[in-house]
Amino acid sequence: MSGHAHHGPPSAPSAVAVTPPATAKAPEVSSWKLLATLAIGGAAAGLLVVAVYKATLPTIEQYAAAKEATAVREVLKAPARWDTLYLQKGVLTKSPTSGEDRKGLPKAYLGFDADGKKLGAAVTAQEPGFQEEVLLMIGFEPSSGTLIGFKVLAEKETPGLGDKIERDTSFVSQFAGRIAPLKGVKTRNATDPSQVQTITGATISSRAVIRIINHAVERWQPLLAAYEKGRTK
Amino acid sequence: MTTALALSPAAALDFVPGAPPPATLRADIWRGIAAENPVLVQMLGMCPTMAVTNVLANGIAMGVATTFVLVGSGLFVSLLRKYIAHEVRITSYILIIATFVTLADLLLAASFPEISKALGPFIPLIVANCLLLGRAEAFAAKVGPVRAVADGMGMGIGFTLSLAAMSAIRELLGRGPFLGFDILGPHWEPWVFMVLPAGGFFTLGLLLITAAWIDELRRRRRALEAK
Repeated sequence: MSGHAHHGPPSAPSAVAVTPPATAKAPEVSSWKLLATLAIGGAAAGLLVVAVYKATLPTIEQYAAAKEATAVREVLKAPARWDTLYLQKGVLTKSPTSGEDRKGLPKAYLGFDADGKKLGAAVTAQEPGFQEEVLLMIGFEPSSGTLIGFKVLAEKETPGLGDKIERDTSFVSQFAGRIAPLKGVKTRNATDPSQVQTITGATISSRAVIRIINHAVERWQPLLAAYEKGRTK
Repeated sequence: MTTALALSPAAALDFVPGAPPPATLRADIWRGIAAENPVLVQMLGMCPTMAVTNVLANGIAMGVATTFVLVGSGLFVSLLRKYIAHEVRITSYILIIATFVTLADLLLAASFPEISKALGPFIPLIVANCLLLGRAEAFAAKVGPVRAVADGMGMGIGFTLSLAAMSAIRELLGRGPFLGFDILGPHWEPWVFMVLPAGGFFTLGLLLITAAWIDELRRRRRALEAK
């Protein structure tokens, strides 16, 4: 690459050459120098990123917590307060043992009204929808499996069709009072508490919501029952 | 270092192969907005152009984030151009770009969490936007910091304007109510396809045709005036 530097035929090397050989002038650079460039650059970049990460982390976490609280309030129909339970080693507990990272543990929120009466539990669940994973928060009464409400936390369904699982209020509101396991139908029989009417044009997305709710209730019911049992003992 | 290039030997030593010709600051900024618009002329950064332009706010946020990275990386690539060895320049540019992208991602998440969530992985993906490495290698590495920043500004503004135009058209036709106003009336049935990927290609095609058409008209007028 650097071999043809000064042997070429252009006998009068003029300073104003319009297209000088691009790479010829740089002699061999030692590997140590290259290594040093990248090491210094990497360290400086790392320091800067860490500083900004530390500075912005509280705001980002605050936002996530506020968002979580809003969702819990919505799916449990405005509880006066709630306990956060962590699922550790297959058991629900209020205070996870050891220094294990709390953030990584699955959570359930147990909501109470102003008199301390239990309203129900809120859990999050995620499963594939029509395009990508749909993330729901589901509020239900654990002993009977009666739904209180649900909220879509994240979805990437077709705009205008599949995203009706989030925007269509008549679809969303019908879940309150229904009893899991739910069945999706085209026209609902008003007397059957397990039936939910799917959205025309968004059948797959509606069914995904129903499936996610059924699986979540099925998964969390025994866990919450065990937690209650352990508490009353 | 931009003047008297051909005359003084001192300036000739500073000469960088393939350096952009000297220009006024205004021309450096204006180039990215019009004659070398990243989206409409250079056709760079097509991935975000398609992916995030179905809502105006998202398009503008993406444009502003990209501008921030363009200006920041342009400045540092230019400042460090004499210290970065030729052999490791691409790695170094990517390091600089990635740092600014990470900063943009964190700052956006802290200040506009909703938009940050909507843009999802597309902010981190600015790293892979060929516009960034393109400007670093073709421009910022060969000029002084002031010109590099001006070029980054111009390219960023041009990119933002193109994305804003794309997303304004797509949001208006594809969603109906626009910026809180029901411009198209209550009987407008939104064209869902405009906010889907197909609508992105369609809108980009229309914008490219329009840009080429305007260019052609101007060229013809100039030819007429020259006669």
